[in-house]
Amino acid sequence: MSGQSNTLLVLLANFAACSLIAVGGANSAVPEMHRQVVEVHQWIGDRTFSELFAIAQAAPGPNVVFVVLLGHYVAGIPGALTAIFGMCAPSCTIAYGVARVIDRFKDARWRTVIQAGLVPVTIGLMAASAFIVARAADRSAVTFLITAATFALVYWTRVTPLVALGLAAALGLTGVV
Amino acid sequence: MPESEAATPTPAQPAPARPPGRLPTRIELFLGFATIAACGFGGVLAWARRVIVQQRAWLSAEEFNEQLALCQVLPGGNIVNFSIMFGYRAGGALGSLAALLGLIGPPTLLMMVAGMLYARFGALPELRGVFAGLAAAAAGLLVATVAQMFATTVKRRLRPAHAMMAVTFVCAGILRLPLLWVVALLMPISIALAWWERR
Repeated sequence: MSGQSNTLLVLLANFAACSLIAVGGANSAVPEMHRQVVEVHQWIGDRTFSELFAIAQAAPGPNVVFVVLLGHYVAGIPGALTAIFGMCAPSCTIAYGVARVIDRFKDARWRTVIQAGLVPVTIGLMAASAFIVARAADRSAVTFLITAATFALVYWTRVTPLVALGLAAALGLTGVV
Repeated sequence: MPESEAATPTPAQPAPARPPGRLPTRIELFLGFATIAACGFGGVLAWARRVIVQQRAWLSAEEFNEQLALCQVLPGGNIVNFSIMFGYRAGGALGSLAALLGLIGPPTLLMMVAGMLYARFGALPELRGVFAGLAAAAAGLLVATVAQMFATTVKRRLRPAHAMMAVTFVCAGILRLPLLWVVALLMPISIALAWWERR
């Protein structure tokens, strides 16, 4: 029992930290989530992490709900609720505070500078996320080819990514993967 | 509580920069953001724009972009921040709560069900290949997203920014340093560089 509540506290602290460092969007915090749940606490295997990420990508909803799957895998429904609360509470509190005072900051120059500064860090973090997820998911020639084909489809065509996810799942069902 | 946009001059209510249309009630906020979440496969931003600007005309396209830009500067999920800020503007604290719950409530329930199914059936040999295939495709999707973001920065030759990207990637992806340190250290440098470039 105390082990469970300890786990929930650690989940809460970890995702609260992720909430604050998710610059430019929730997926920027994926490297830190992976570091915590796979490497530091070893709650989740590398492959399972990439599969949970895939489930979150395939489902509708904002990217932050990925943490529901992580929390659920670690500690069931209490873990899921703790994770989503931790991931939302700090950043939402900040957003709420900004919303209350925003008309005092009519001048947008500071914002464009901060935004320009955010872009490289966000791209670097997203690239790290992609690297971590791809390394966990691509364990064979076939999976690597699926990743490459999905990249090509999404990057060079306007086809919805759901097509690639569906084809990859179907391919997996046939036993090729 | 439909008195949200009535003339109740509470000090908490900001003087909003005249919205183009009627601002939504809290129930409309909840339903609107639930719609955005339910339709938003692989990224909800496009649907947020469609619902808020085109379908319901709660904001003009310019106002939407402006508010979104502000949300991208703040930590956390962009659309989550958007729900809080827009909800506050339309209906105060309860408006924020209604929009947030609409956005993340249903997907959270859905993910809990998905988590249960994965825990129960994820290890079945027949489904191993499905999840392996899905994971590989999701990785490709993420790589493509990053490549698209990167491509938009290359046109404007931003040399120091590209160095920042590389340093951030190595710190977070290769060295696996705690992200709190990485962000706390690199963000101020990156913002300073952006400021210096724009002087």
